[in-house]
Amino acid sequence: MTHKQMLLTVFVIMLGTMFTRFLVFFIFPPSKEPPQFVNYLGKVLPAAAIGLLVIYALKEVKLTKAPFAIPEFLAILVIVLIHKWRRNSLLSIATGTIVYMVLIQGVF
Amino acid sequence: MKEALKYSFPKTVPIMAGYLFLGASFGVLAVSQGLSLMVTILMSLLIYAGSMQFATINVLQANFHPIGALLLTLMVNARHIFYGITLLKPYSQMDWKKYYTIFGLTDETFSLVVSLDVPKSMDKNWVYFFVTGLNQLYWVAGTMLGILLSHFLSFNTEGIEFVLTALFVTIFVEQWLSTEDHTSALTGIVAAIISLVLFGSDHFLIPAMLGIIVFFLFQYRKIGDQVYDA
Repeated sequence: MTHKQMLLTVFVIMLGTMFTRFLVFFIFPPSKEPPQFVNYLGKVLPAAAIGLLVIYALKEVKLTKAPFAIPEFLAILVIVLIHKWRRNSLLSIATGTIVYMVLIQGVF
Repeated sequence: MKEALKYSFPKTVPIMAGYLFLGASFGVLAVSQGLSLMVTILMSLLIYAGSMQFATINVLQANFHPIGALLLTLMVNARHIFYGITLLKPYSQMDWKKYYTIFGLTDETFSLVVSLDVPKSMDKNWVYFFVTGLNQLYWVAGTMLGILLSHFLSFNTEGIEFVLTALFVTIFVEQWLSTEDHTSALTGIVAAIISLVLFGSDHFLIPAMLGIIVFFLFQYRKIGDQVYDA
């Protein structure tokens, strides 16, 4: 690819990404009341979307190969317990990440 | 406005850690694959979508094929449609700030925005705008850092990318603890796992999204019937 073709490709990918982000806002402009089902989705989707993102973030984790996702499992367990205990997001995120780093660098 | 910035900054700190690191990884990788400084930074400024940018490095090494690049982009980024549906109400009523705020709607910004409980006295629109802008600032700064420091990285950062997984898990747990009905959260997890097993990690997103929509369509009809019955 020439430098010009690279820039053009980056531009196309920018437009594609913007399309996925703006699409819903184009279909339902502020002047138009969206169908009830879309309003309903707006209420129930966030929790499902976060669940989907959790799995998306873990999609490359291999259960059948060593270390059998044990570092991920333990780190997530720590996050859940710490978060239930203190309800402090920063603390939960930092502890979970440090536990994971220690596990994969030093243990597994 | 100042108050909104003061409120927004601490909320973005976990994302700062993740984006500086991931942005730097992207910078290192892009430059090591022979991409120019300008193309690398432009990608973080204009595309601003993590997984898509990593995929773009490969696209730019292959033959020029803009239609293929476009189709790949739509597939990888289709999940943004969910974020649009969720944030339709709060973002639609924003003024000029909405154009940038929608442009910068990444996974992490979305997950943060839906978890915010902005005080009533504060201007929400500025909060959404600042959270989005700060996050992109970290991303672009990370990219530049990666380009600059690619030769000197010494401390062992292996595993730090888990910070983004930790962010999603924490928001998931927080949401779980603060709601009674867990149907939606479970739907997301279960649909994603089933789809991942059936279609593999490269192709599971769109089937999972369709599954979630279909499930909610049935739920919606059930609720509708209940209303008619009453």
